[in-house]
Amino acid sequence: MSLFLIVAVPFLGALLPGLMNSAGRKACAGVTFTVTLIAFVGLLSQLPAVLAGEVVQARVEWLPALGLNMNLHLDGLAFFFAGLILGIGLLIIAYARSYLARDDNMGEFFTYLLLFQGAMVGIVLSDNILLLLIFWEMTSLASFLLIGYWKHVEEGRQGARMALTVTGMGGLALIGGLLILGQIAGSYDLSVILENRDAIQASPLYVPALLLILLGCFTKSAQFPFHFWLPRAMAAPTPVSAYLHSATMVKAGIFMLARLWPVLSGTPEWFVIVTGAGLVTMVIGALIAIFKHDLKALLAYSTVSHLGLITMLLGTGTPFGAMAAMFHILNHATFKAALFMSAGIIDHEAHTRDIRRLGGLRVLMPITFVIATIAALSMAGIPFLNGFLSKEQMLEEANRTVLFGSPWLVPVLATIGSLFSAAYCFRFIGHTFFGPVRDDYPSKPHDPGAGLWLPPAILVVLVVVIGVAPFLAEPFVKLVTADVLGIAGEVPKAYFKIWHGLVPALYMSIIAVVGGFLLYLVFPPLLRAWDATPRPDAKPIFDAIIASVVAAARGLIAPTHDGAFTRYAGILVIAVLGAAYYGFVSGTVGEATRDMQPVTLIALGGWAMVVAATLALVFLHRHRLLALVLIGIVGLMVSVGFVFFSAPDLALTQFTVEVVTIILLLLALNFLPKVTPTESAPLRRVRDGGIAVVGGVAAMALSYHYLLRDPLAASISAFHVANSYKGGGGTNMVNVILVDFRGFDTYGEIIVLGIAALLIYALTETLLAGPVRRRLLNREPDQALAGDMHPMMMVVLTRVIMPVILMVGFYIFLRGHNDPGGGFIAGLIVSIAVVMQYMASGFGWASARLRYPYHGIIGAGVLIAGLTGIGSWFVGKPFLTSDFTYVRIPPFQEFELATAALFDVGVFLAVVGAVMLSLESFSRLARRQDMVDSDHPMDINPSRDDQPVEVN
Amino acid sequence: MEFLVASAIGVLTAGGIYLVMRLRTFPVILGISLLTYAVNVFLFASGRLVIGSGPILNRYEELTYADPLPQALVLTAIVISFGMTAVVVMIALGAYLGSSDDSVDDAQETPK
Repeated sequence: MSLFLIVAVPFLGALLPGLMNSAGRKACAGVTFTVTLIAFVGLLSQLPAVLAGEVVQARVEWLPALGLNMNLHLDGLAFFFAGLILGIGLLIIAYARSYLARDDNMGEFFTYLLLFQGAMVGIVLSDNILLLLIFWEMTSLASFLLIGYWKHVEEGRQGARMALTVTGMGGLALIGGLLILGQIAGSYDLSVILENRDAIQASPLYVPALLLILLGCFTKSAQFPFHFWLPRAMAAPTPVSAYLHSATMVKAGIFMLARLWPVLSGTPEWFVIVTGAGLVTMVIGALIAIFKHDLKALLAYSTVSHLGLITMLLGTGTPFGAMAAMFHILNHATFKAALFMSAGIIDHEAHTRDIRRLGGLRVLMPITFVIATIAALSMAGIPFLNGFLSKEQMLEEANRTVLFGSPWLVPVLATIGSLFSAAYCFRFIGHTFFGPVRDDYPSKPHDPGAGLWLPPAILVVLVVVIGVAPFLAEPFVKLVTADVLGIAGEVPKAYFKIWHGLVPALYMSIIAVVGGFLLYLVFPPLLRAWDATPRPDAKPIFDAIIASVVAAARGLIAPTHDGAFTRYAGILVIAVLGAAYYGFVSGTVGEATRDMQPVTLIALGGWAMVVAATLALVFLHRHRLLALVLIGIVGLMVSVGFVFFSAPDLALTQFTVEVVTIILLLLALNFLPKVTPTESAPLRRVRDGGIAVVGGVAAMALSYHYLLRDPLAASISAFHVANSYKGGGGTNMVNVILVDFRGFDTYGEIIVLGIAALLIYALTETLLAGPVRRRLLNREPDQALAGDMHPMMMVVLTRVIMPVILMVGFYIFLRGHNDPGGGFIAGLIVSIAVVMQYMASGFGWASARLRYPYHGIIGAGVLIAGLTGIGSWFVGKPFLTSDFTYVRIPPFQEFELATAALFDVGVFLAVVGAVMLSLESFSRLARRQDMVDSDHPMDINPSRDDQPVEVN
Repeated sequence: MEFLVASAIGVLTAGGIYLVMRLRTFPVILGISLLTYAVNVFLFASGRLVIGSGPILNRYEELTYADPLPQALVLTAIVISFGMTAVVVMIALGAYLGSSDDSVDDAQETPK
């Protein structure tokens, strides 16, 4: 099976459990099992190639410009981890089927589990580190979801958050580290990076990269001082603990260490940090584990300890250490997953995991007893079980390791770690299964069905088989080791044997086991001493750090983001000015290259009007109606300015937009107070005025500066000028750019406009549905209303002029491609024609004659524009490619037919719909209770014989 | 001529900034409108000032034209700014109708 499929199958399969949820638990677990089985079989189909020493590859370019590609590879190391993930995954799924309670949402659980599985397989198969990082983050997220799966358990939620914070932080560091590594190697492909050992280790960026990568690995694999999240993640359902937090996810960090071993290891920095952290983690984890009463907590700390052991082995930087690490990963995965499942069985049956409430279970649960005992003895390092073998190798490696110049430090600590390890294993067995049978278990324990005990039993068989016949595992472990070592070392010759003779490692092992048993015997006084010793607890420290970070963020945000909009505006202006000033003083200013054009009297007049109107607006803005008049002057003068400076299309647009904007503001002012009160102190006004003047001067200086200089690089305008007629078939370049060259932009813009109008409509609906409605209906107008709501002259005039304006709009639309005009302007003109009807004849009269709702018009516009664009697909061209031709129908002149015109129809409709929907929404607010919808356009009409409507 | 346009942009910007920093919604909306004019003219002026040669191709003569690209960009900007103004006005109106208060700052934190 293709590597892509192996990674994709769990992700695709993740859709199924949710769908199968209603089909029953059996079907749900069954489909999940099948999905994993497919991926597993697919993986096994690659086994012959891997055994032959090939590296199976699958490569697809994804974002080659970023160096991010779907490059997968499968060598021995990747196969080993993928096999662990999928193989143990199968057992876990079978186990979870029986473990989860009836109330638990099984579909949700298996969906998360498969997402995790896919991400994990993705990590180990990735040949591209950017791709790997994506999968890496996904495992953190999936782990978060799984730890917090029981949403009602507070510890679970907190544990999930802590795990996400710690591993997420590490993930960020890892991103930094791997990016540096990729920069040094010149490629983000692992296979390339792994060949650049010398370049990487010689680089000055080696140490920063190493520290960041180690931070990522240590947080993921719960190495001291980041070990604290793992025990708290034990609030997760036991299948999750067994799968993620002992067998797979926590090994992702170790996988990274192993994967990057060829390029990172062997330096003093690597050796001291990795070996040191591993040793400390191993000893501390084992020590804490001895005194944990919760079975899962005990196992969690023992996992921390064993991860430390593996880390230490990788840290030594010798091929033998790497081989021992790989062997121990295999062994640990088997016995630890079995132990977790056993703990889950005990919890499931006895309804407690508290070791102080257990004991005597060997009689009540014989099957579980056998399974758990074999697994625990293996973990303790008893001969003929697989844990013994890798522990021997570890001790042998420790014996040869000199840390900080002392040949004793590592062996002694390693022996102490093993001793503690043996002690908690004995306690696990002794306090759970031995001793008298009690009568106060929360529930009567008995052996569960095969669904629960078979999965760990299978693992325990492996424990024994490897323990008795290590030569079976030897070739495979050596194959994996060869891939870990890569170019950086030779696979050691050492054989895997139970009996190596009377070597120092054997004595150390004997000391550990005997010492561990002695500790177990004197456990009660030890526990009293332990409880009496003060120890730092990680949770308050973690909470304090989080709290201080939150406080720091608040300290920054509270003064700047306190709900005062005026303050944000001020901060924004000052920040922009500061950045602009910095840009100005740090750059260079060239000489002016353009001559100033002479000032004409007309221009001076227009300028004076803009300036006078703006200043008047600033000083008189409290009188709101007056302010509208003043801003109308500004807008009008801006339109005139556009005409003056050769932009007829802009002038037409600005002019028409001005009209609808003023109508809109008038409609709003109908409800708002007519006067702005004086609130701010004079000092504040002076301050704001100062900021405003500085901002204005800056804008002026910038404009003046570039108006007198030619662009440094030629703009792309020349292309548009050259191709407007040739390629777009129109002589109005602005319109051709809008509907043709930049048609996609325009398409986006009409959609935005439509969304804005719909938003206004939705807000109006919400207002009218809420308490505001009553107030609006009973509103007393604060100003006297006009005596004649629908003046006859206006009604007659607007109605007569309507077809004329529509004709103008039509004309403006048609000429748009070659002369000033087009869909935007035509749309605005037609909108004004319709608005005039509303204003003159009343809302009721006008809407009664509305045949199509404005939403529909917006939709039709966007649809027509979109379909025009899609049309070009049928002739094999990209979206929105335009075409045109000239036709001649006698007796008319020759004229042009262009698809761009159809697109412009879409623009036209969208603009009409959006403008009308906005204005109509505002008008609907103005409807009052006492307002009678007249059937007649005019209140007073002599030709009508009914009574005139009374108006107030 | 360049100075006139530049100073008009400056005056519009200054007026806009001042009004945006007022305490009631209506002047803020006016301020945003002034800033919109300023920004549109600014963008338009990035094509430099050309008098009397609009970007309408003459098929029979080689001429120089005003830069059509900023014009096309500003044209859509004008229409979009209408949509934006309408939404802002609607929000301001909704807030006022809901609370009879058209202050822009949160009440409890308004500096006295």
